[in-house]
Amino acid sequence: MKIAVASGKGGTGKTTVAVNLALSIGKVQLIDCDVEEPDCNLFLRSDIDKYQDVILPVPRVDGNKCIQCGKCVQFCQYNALAVLSSGPMLFPQLCHGCGGCMLICPENAITEDERITGVIERSRSDARIDLWQGELFTGEPMASPVIRQLKTNIREGEGEVVIIDSPPGTACPVIASLRDVDYCILVTEPTPFGLNDLMLAVEVVRQMGIPFGVIINRNGMGYDGVEVYCNSGDIPVLMKIPDKRQIAVLYSEGIPFVMQMTEWKGHFLKMFEDVCRQILSTKEN
Amino acid sequence: MVKEMKVCITSMSDNLEASIDPHFGRCRYFVIADPDSMEFESFENAGSSGPGGAGVQAAQQMINRGVTALITGSVGPNAFSLLSAEGVEVLMAAEGSVAEAVSAYRTGSLKKLEAPNSPGKK
Ligand code: SF4
Ligand code: SF4
Repeated sequence: MKIAVASGKGGTGKTTVAVNLALSIGKVQLIDCDVEEPDCNLFLRSDIDKYQDVILPVPRVDGNKCIQCGKCVQFCQYNALAVLSSGPMLFPQLCHGCGGCMLICPENAITEDERITGVIERSRSDARIDLWQGELFTGEPMASPVIRQLKTNIREGEGEVVIIDSPPGTACPVIASLRDVDYCILVTEPTPFGLNDLMLAVEVVRQMGIPFGVIINRNGMGYDGVEVYCNSGDIPVLMKIPDKRQIAVLYSEGIPFVMQMTEWKGHFLKMFEDVCRQILSTKEN
Repeated sequence: MVKEMKVCITSMSDNLEASIDPHFGRCRYFVIADPDSMEFESFENAGSSGPGGAGVQAAQQMINRGVTALITGSVGPNAFSLLSAEGVEVLMAAEGSVAEAVSAYRTGSLKKLEAPNSPGKK
């Protein structure tokens, strides 16, 4: 079972939820898909080893062979290629590495080169949580290939619980992270901005057909718009994490709060059961 | 042989009276005019609503059509590098009509763009 934790914007407590949920359940695989800023391990502090490179195929164009026919340009749906009168020009930041231009070129002027754009890492076997994380190298624009490769390491199977910490927002890397998950927990804050970002995220998960529920973090700020929205849209509010000083202090010290406020393990486990039930009932319908 | 002058103006619509559309990659129409005869043709920008790389696509169109000068409001880095590599002059005009831009071009009063002036989009 794969449960993603996502949010319409950063800083809502998404990672806090993912890590505390993982620790409460215990035997899980935690996949940190926020490859531009992997931060689950700031709280878990496990020893991490490199597992594999992320290699993106990139085209290399041979200006001497190119006859400027423009077929590669027409083919590339990402507009990563252009042909000048002096020869072709590639924009690596736009290239998705699909390899199509190499197949299409009638002169075999395009060959495949490789670029290492990131790395997949894994916590050591003695770690509390089996943490996997991807890291996109600075300056590399394509997060999605790193996420896709990271997710190939997910263990599927009876009884396996996988928690996926999605990047924030609603763009491509989020879609790549949420693809194929059984459930999505959306984390938000009880503010008008939080509500706005939540609504954007809800649109994404609805379009993807993923069952979901909401966790309101830093609850108790006196704004009830998020709850009103959830109730009116039949969206389950799975949990409310109070705006408590102790939680904030533990967070700033990099300590998952269930480690010290152990009664919260029970709350997370109960929420996990609710989520399982919701998944089952959606599958039945 | 003197190279034929072809000036392209990014435009909101398909004629000379239309207003300039200031964003190169995402503009609605391109109007290509001969500044001496004022003969022109226009076509829609196919990349105006596409995903990424609109600037590259638009620049490729300019190159394919043999445009010698581009008049627009803002150009991103990818498009700019293509246009300058091909020797297409980029001139600044963000307001007014297409016809006004062409006359300003004729009198040489448009400012030349020396570097990309829009962050572009990934
Ligand atoms: S590999 Fe794919 S995305 Fe990259 S330039 Fe070629 S066709 Fe475009
Ligand atoms: S398809 Fe091949 S020959 Fe044609 S423009 Fe592209 S690189 Fe050149």
